[in-house]
Amino acid sequence: MRVINMISDLMIPLIFVGIITYGLAKRVNVFESFLEGVMDGFQVVVKILPTFLGLVVAVGILRASGALELITMVLSPFSEWVHFPPSLIPIALTKFVSSSAATGLILDLFKVFGPDSLEGRMTSIMIGSTETILYTMSVYFMVIKVKDTRYTLSGAIVSNLAGIAASVVLTYILFGA
Amino acid sequence: MLNKIWSGMILLSVIVAAFTGNIGEVGTAAITSSKEAITLGLTLLGVISLWTGLMRIGEDAGMMDGLAKKMKPLLRWLFPDVPDDHPAQKHIATNFIANLLGLGWAATPPGLEAMKSLQTLNPDKQRASKAMCTFMIVNMSSLQLIPINMLAYRAQYGSANPSEIVGPAILATLISTLVGVAFAKIMERVVR
Repeated sequence: MRVINMISDLMIPLIFVGIITYGLAKRVNVFESFLEGVMDGFQVVVKILPTFLGLVVAVGILRASGALELITMVLSPFSEWVHFPPSLIPIALTKFVSSSAATGLILDLFKVFGPDSLEGRMTSIMIGSTETILYTMSVYFMVIKVKDTRYTLSGAIVSNLAGIAASVVLTYILFGA
Repeated sequence: MLNKIWSGMILLSVIVAAFTGNIGEVGTAAITSSKEAITLGLTLLGVISLWTGLMRIGEDAGMMDGLAKKMKPLLRWLFPDVPDDHPAQKHIATNFIANLLGLGWAATPPGLEAMKSLQTLNPDKQRASKAMCTFMIVNMSSLQLIPINMLAYRAQYGSANPSEIVGPAILATLISTLVGVAFAKIMERVVR
């Protein structure tokens, strides 16, 4: 753990030092390049902000309405049948839309079950091996105005389901009673 | 696609709320989450711009070309329709590496650049090319090796060993990525 903490602490400072010294060595006008890049970043964020707002509001409404609990109730017989704890359904569903929205639910679960419970471990592995699909897809395709995304969504869902299934199996193998 | 999902989410929520008596909360949630989106957006503006600034230095120094060159065999296999030394290769390589390192917010700018470059190769501008589908599927298959956020949350909530999930998370990530790549490769052959 200490090594990993050290790596994550060092990562960003090292990136700064590495890129700036590399730029200086190649005689790049580093500050000018930096400013140009920042301007690009501004434009990217301005472009994705409307999508972001739309999705965050939709997830906010979904959470407040109690619809997540309803979906969980409907899905729980199936999820119990495949040994997937129903308490993880809202997290998996929200993570599909937006990862910042899922974070609140993950912390709630840690509060209730603790991070070292079966649910806590499974959530940790599952979140570490799945990606936000809806948000990513809408932002990336919106920027280039592609309407027909063909088999992208199905491919992303298949690969993320594989990640979830692997997390469930690995949790039972490694930490199951 | 998003049209239906987005409106479906909101309509379903309002209908459910009407039955569960949470209709008041829904109104409040709409307002607070729009505020939350802008607050998060401002953080995003700072972090992403800082990163694209740094990245531009690396790009102007020729760093990304070097990266793309090292990954060329993989990129050539994944994206047979992208010609060698096309800018798309460089952006895809940068996006994959940022994702691998768990710098999700840093992966977005090169990812969007990659899509723009792929669009220049796309004959039908309304429809995703095979290269775009493959790129998006791999990108969304979770490439991140060490889930740093999760480690932080686990530690914060008193886990006895926050990093015990790193090994299985890497394995699960690998599985999801392999399945994604296999799916993309099969579809590439099946569809026209």
